[in-house]
Amino acid sequence: MTFDHVTLDHFLPVIFMSLMGFAMLVYVILDGYDLGVGLLLPRASDDEKDMMISSIGPFWDANETWLVLGVGILLIAFPKAYGVVLTALYLPVTAMLCGLILRGVAFEFRVKGKAHHKQLWNHAFFGGSLLASMAQGWMLGRYITGLAPDTAFLVFAALVALALPAAYVLLGASWLILKTEGALQIKALHWARMAWPAVAVGMLLISLATPWVSVTVRERWFTLPAFFVLLPIPLSTVAALFELAFCLRGERSASHASHIPIMLSAYIMMMGFFGLAYSIYPFVVMDRITLWQAAAAPASLKFILVGVAVTVPMIGAYTIFAYRTFSGKATKLHYG
Amino acid sequence: MDALVLSRLQFAANMTFHILFPAITIGLGWALLLFRWRWLKTKDSAWLTAYRFWTQVFAISFGLGVVSGLTMSFQFGTNWPGFMERVGNIAGPLLGYEVLTAFFLEASFLGVMLFGQSRVSERVHLAATFLVAIGTTISAFWILALNSWMQTPQGYEIINGEFYARSWLQIIFNPSFPFRLVHMLLASSLTVCFLLAGVSAWQILRRRANASTGRVFRTAVTAAAIIIPIQIFVGDLHGLNTLEYQPQKIAAIEGIWHTEHDVPLLLFAMPNERAQTNKYAFGIPDGSSLILTHSLHGEVRGLDQFPNAHPPVAPLFWAFRIMVGTAMLMLAASWLAVWLLRKLAPEDLPRPLLRLFAAMSFAGWLATVAGWYVTEVGRQPFIVYGLLRISEIQARVPASHVAVTLVAYLAIYLFLILAYIGVIRYLAEKPAADEAPLIGAVGADGSTLEVRT
Ligand code: HDD
Ligand code: HEM
Ligand code: HEM
Repeated sequence: MTFDHVTLDHFLPVIFMSLMGFAMLVYVILDGYDLGVGLLLPRASDDEKDMMISSIGPFWDANETWLVLGVGILLIAFPKAYGVVLTALYLPVTAMLCGLILRGVAFEFRVKGKAHHKQLWNHAFFGGSLLASMAQGWMLGRYITGLAPDTAFLVFAALVALALPAAYVLLGASWLILKTEGALQIKALHWARMAWPAVAVGMLLISLATPWVSVTVRERWFTLPAFFVLLPIPLSTVAALFELAFCLRGERSASHASHIPIMLSAYIMMMGFFGLAYSIYPFVVMDRITLWQAAAAPASLKFILVGVAVTVPMIGAYTIFAYRTFSGKATKLHYG
Repeated sequence: MDALVLSRLQFAANMTFHILFPAITIGLGWALLLFRWRWLKTKDSAWLTAYRFWTQVFAISFGLGVVSGLTMSFQFGTNWPGFMERVGNIAGPLLGYEVLTAFFLEASFLGVMLFGQSRVSERVHLAATFLVAIGTTISAFWILALNSWMQTPQGYEIINGEFYARSWLQIIFNPSFPFRLVHMLLASSLTVCFLLAGVSAWQILRRRANASTGRVFRTAVTAAAIIIPIQIFVGDLHGLNTLEYQPQKIAAIEGIWHTEHDVPLLLFAMPNERAQTNKYAFGIPDGSSLILTHSLHGEVRGLDQFPNAHPPVAPLFWAFRIMVGTAMLMLAASWLAVWLLRKLAPEDLPRPLLRLFAAMSFAGWLATVAGWYVTEVGRQPFIVYGLLRISEIQARVPASHVAVTLVAYLAIYLFLILAYIGVIRYLAEKPAADEAPLIGAVGADGSTLEVRT
């Protein structure tokens, strides 16, 4: 890519790649906490279950919409990669969708159906959350390794399939620390502490495994000026992890600064994401398809860019509005 | 079966499941706004009771619509990768605008609408209800623009087999779009009218009626009686538009094998693809000529003019008659009820009529799905009418994978449809709560708990 070709047409795919990354990052953090709450559900008493679900009630639907946007941008901006990726991930995509369907409907049905069916829907909520988050982890693992079918890569994907749910549990527990009080909050602290080692180990393994499975990634991280420029990413992640561990230790400090754990967890996810994004760029499919090869026609991208420029700030505004409307500790949630 | 056939079945199953819920939410959003607004104006608590009850139905329907819609947005990639590669430049932005302008709007304000009444002012809450309703309608706008473009494409150019946009205005406002949009919005309104009326009739029959039931019934039946003739009129216009742009679809709908004058309007027949004739045909002489050409002796083009490019006849023929038959039944039922309601209260209507309405609770679904089958199967063998054949965009996944996932989807869908109908029935038979139904509650100190379902 020589620089005399730098034009808007050249940058359009980059803009959309950033946007897709942004949507996916927001998705992982937002739906991450509500999937995490789903994963924690079996550990709570019946009354606490209601409370936990109340805390995500007004948000889960909008959270999931970020996934629609993420995959939507893949479809809009990189139609050629969209087919390749989704064909290769056919089965895990289906598993994820089945999981998301189950938990989405369980949310509605558990309180509207007959009382003795509630237990069944609670199971569906947990099972759906587990299926969806493991499938997402698996897909992430496959995606990072360029969807290649080696055994080593499959083991790697299995590893990520376990690490991502752990990260979601951490996010979910941190969310509950923020949104609840009393006994449930103390439980949530405990849950977050349980998830912490799994997340730390998972991140470490992924950071080591990614350069090991892909030459491209190795070269990008371990050449000299780059290595030092990038150092703040892993260092600050480690710092955030320790800061988080410290916060989770004291029960009193959490109830005074209950927003700290969720911010730190989100920060850790964000750094993990930047690390991965740097490893993969400028590929849409690792080592196979670059974003320019997969991009849709510039005229189509320009048409949708107008919509993006107008609506994304609006989406931001009403997301903030919704979170402010339901700010503070979660309480009674009733229709009307 | 090969992967292509299975992929088509799977796509059709997912789409059919998805459309059931938007068909309800598009109309119900506006009905809720009406109830909400009536309550604000009259301060008659019956409207609030109605609002609260139907909000629960809305929430379930919306939830199902969201998760099945999420499935749809992956389906183009999992089932039709070739489609996006060829048509992505046009389909992508239209779907993208739907996400950007509609999905976030409805999803963000849904929470405020459902749970926020005590947290925001009356006005803001009313506005949130409005934004959710308008969001669902904007959704329909974009997705139908895409579907209509696939039926009557224009404003594109093809370079090396790939489609490029030339004029977005022409692409969005393609010839069949206005008809399809209006027809679909009216279909959704009718679906909701009959759901409201049917559930209310059921409550009256089961002696579960409260102050709001009769009011909802009357409102819904009156609205249905007004909308159904408009829908029939629009349906006729839609058909004429199709005749102009997709004549073989109409030939298949009417079961016209050979180009002829004085074509009868078939009410019943068994179309036979191999022999290219209809068995047991029974119809109104000159009817088709009259409807399609507005002259008794008009010539109508038959399927013989479209060798190798016409859709399968029997499914279209039957699906169309199911849709129109349902429309006629809707017309008869709603007009009869409105006539009787001049003198009688809803609770005093003849029980057979109430039973008919209860049985027709989901009649809108039947007509809507049948109509979509006419539209979609009628586009065969093309995926983009006249330009791109379905056989050109082959699925690339092994048939066994498609078969496994198809079974999984079908099992989940069957289970969920039964659960959905069961829950609506259960909600309808529960005595109306005076207060807002709780979805789960904890006292502010996290200790006292009350849960009302
Ligand atoms: C409550 C639902 C409902 C009712 C009562 C009707 N329709 Fe309909 N019809 C639909 C719901 C629908 C639909 C599901 O919404 C479709 C599928 C795509 C579309 O635009 O509307 C449809 C499609 C559709 C088509 C196919 C157009 C095409 O694919 O090119 C025609 C010709 C008609 N309708 C005509 C009619 C007529 C003549 C009706 C009455 C006598 C009628 N419809 C009643
Ligand atoms: C408005 C958005 C819609 C779009 C963009 C769309 C698009 C498509 C596509 C890409 C196919 C596959 C190719 C083919 O078999 O021709 C298809 C087939 C089909 N769709 Fe749709 N569809 C839409 C709405 C619907 C709805 C609402 C229904 C049903 C309720 C439906 C029912 C079907 C059926 C039955 C087929 C299979 C036809 C066949 O293979 O013979 N579609 N549609
Ligand atoms: C292939 C076609 C389709 C795709 C890819 C699709 C995709 C989606 C998605 C992703 C959602 C969830 C939105 C959210 O997260 O809030 C959704 C919901 C919705 N869809 Fe579709 N959809 C399709 C067809 C249709 C059709 C044919 C209609 C109606 C004419 C429709 C109307 C709606 C509406 C009104 C909603 C709002 C949620 C609800 O009311 O249940 N969609 N769709």
